[in-house]
Amino acid sequence: MTLASHPGLWLIAAAALLAVLRGRSRAVVALAAPLVALTLAWRLEAGVHLRAGFLGMELAPFAADALSRLFAVIFSLMAFAGALFALNQPRRLELAAAFLYAGAAIGVTLAGDLVTVFVCWEVMAIGSTLVLWSAATPAAYRASMRYLMVHLCGGMLLFIGVAAHVLQTGTTAFQPMALDGPAHALILAAFLVNAGAWPLSAWLPDAYPEASWSGMVFLSAFTTKTAVYVLLRGFPGTEPLIYVGLAMVFYGIVYALLENDMRRILAYSIVNQVGFMVTGIGIGTEMALNGAAAHAFTHILYKALLLMSAGAVLYATGRRKCTELGGLFRTMPLTAACGIVGALAISSFPLTSGFVSKSMIAQAAGDEHLFVVWLLLAAASAGVFLHAGIKFPWFVFFQKDSGLRPPDPGWNMRAAMVLLAAFCIGLGIWYEPLYGLLPYPVDYAPYTGFHVVAQLQLLLFSGLAFFVMLGWLRRTLTITLDTDWLYRALFPRVVALYGAALERALAAGGARAARAGERLGAYFRRLCGPQGALARTWPAGAMGLGVMGMLLALLLSYYLF
Amino acid sequence: MSDHWLVRPRAIRRLWELFIAVLALTVVAGLAIEAHPHFAVERLFGFSALYGFLACAVLILVARGVGLLLKRPDTYYDDDAR
Repeated sequence: MTLASHPGLWLIAAAALLAVLRGRSRAVVALAAPLVALTLAWRLEAGVHLRAGFLGMELAPFAADALSRLFAVIFSLMAFAGALFALNQPRRLELAAAFLYAGAAIGVTLAGDLVTVFVCWEVMAIGSTLVLWSAATPAAYRASMRYLMVHLCGGMLLFIGVAAHVLQTGTTAFQPMALDGPAHALILAAFLVNAGAWPLSAWLPDAYPEASWSGMVFLSAFTTKTAVYVLLRGFPGTEPLIYVGLAMVFYGIVYALLENDMRRILAYSIVNQVGFMVTGIGIGTEMALNGAAAHAFTHILYKALLLMSAGAVLYATGRRKCTELGGLFRTMPLTAACGIVGALAISSFPLTSGFVSKSMIAQAAGDEHLFVVWLLLAAASAGVFLHAGIKFPWFVFFQKDSGLRPPDPGWNMRAAMVLLAAFCIGLGIWYEPLYGLLPYPVDYAPYTGFHVVAQLQLLLFSGLAFFVMLGWLRRTLTITLDTDWLYRALFPRVVALYGAALERALAAGGARAARAGERLGAYFRRLCGPQGALARTWPAGAMGLGVMGMLLALLLSYYLF
Repeated sequence: MSDHWLVRPRAIRRLWELFIAVLALTVVAGLAIEAHPHFAVERLFGFSALYGFLACAVLILVARGVGLLLKRPDTYYDDDAR
């Protein structure tokens, strides 16, 4: 295999073409390149396909195994579905940026060494920022700058960590790492920034919802799932990740329950879903790691479907707030149906893709007798149905009649939604191909009567709770403060206060300095001014006395020293 | 012209009846199915149903608490538009 069989490079090359092409040829490239990448990813063979030397380090920029193949396949598939959905996006930068971003994400999954991971990591940050920029609103620009700051900080942590790792171990190979020192702690922190781990998660619901109606579909897929991939490869079975993951799961639910913006609801639910995967990685058994990998795969598809559904609503109405939406099922039946399929899949309903993937993580917690973790995961599954499974479709497509009567979107957007909806249901029924892609052999049967009934009870009674307590979930025109408050409100305020204090101090100090200067000036005027002591005419005797004093002093010093 | 059939009160009542019937069915089905649980609590009759409902109630309450503390008007950050 050579570089030409690297799926990510095909997408990056296509990105360059998409930036200049127009019309039909642009559509052909946009759809063909991901299909080529998908084919190449599907046919990837295990092993190192390319070695290179750089600054005396041995790199393996193109390597593959079952885990990287799984992620390369889903990223390519996602690039195809996203491109289909975004074909009618008038801003040409966006798709080019999204392909650069997707290509770099595939580059991470096929990187055999940490240096290549770092390079692709930074390219992803740039690509995703460009996707945000192409929304071309002032709010998106400001959010993108905050986003970029967070990710460049994360990239810096990664750089320091990788440099220290290479110094300590003398190898760049990307292999499982123990949490045994600052180098690996920094690498883990960098990975967790991109995973959206609480408290480093606020960038995600801050930035993603500001992208265009098609941009957020891409953004939801790559950054957090690449982070899941590197955690799977670098830190499997690192116990603290269980608690990080559980914190993410509940943070996502609580914030999504309070949120009014439909796309921010879905953004919080990305953190929630990645939390399940991180918990699985923390558990670290083969079942748990398989579950985390499978869940990343299915999650990309149903989250993209949900965001396409929300994107279609935003495209048709220009509105994002639940308080301004509602009743859209009348004129957007296909968008509503696809949104509901995505909502069922994210809730892990039997016969959807989420059921066959997420249940492996709970199974792993049970197998390891982690009772509290298992209980919390079950509560979180109920909470997913609550905050995303019902809340999103209910407030957007049903609840009150907003009076809006927008039509379903154009053919390409409908086709993309139907494609992903078919995957969400198809993988829920024919799950063997997915299980066959997983990094470890799978010995798990998702559809047992006991499991199906327990899951249905859990979910349907969550639904009951939603409708019984609907009054408490009424949407208000509010946001909920998050950790980004620190850098959006507190730090600027502290800087403003500090600046004002400094200015006052400078002003006060300046006055004092001026007074001192005046005193000094007066002294010199007294001494050297026209009437000053030194400017007066002195009698010759006074000069003789002065010279004698000086000679005496000389004599004295001669004797003394 | 009347509105969509799905939003008529009659249909909504029917949907509620159907929903409650399905809820009851899932709980009853638990009796007919052989359990192979990880933990003893799973053997309790209707455990998942009760647990799902309570978990959601608690989550909604927690969200309300967090909301009381941290909710702000959605124009809160608008003045940083400099």
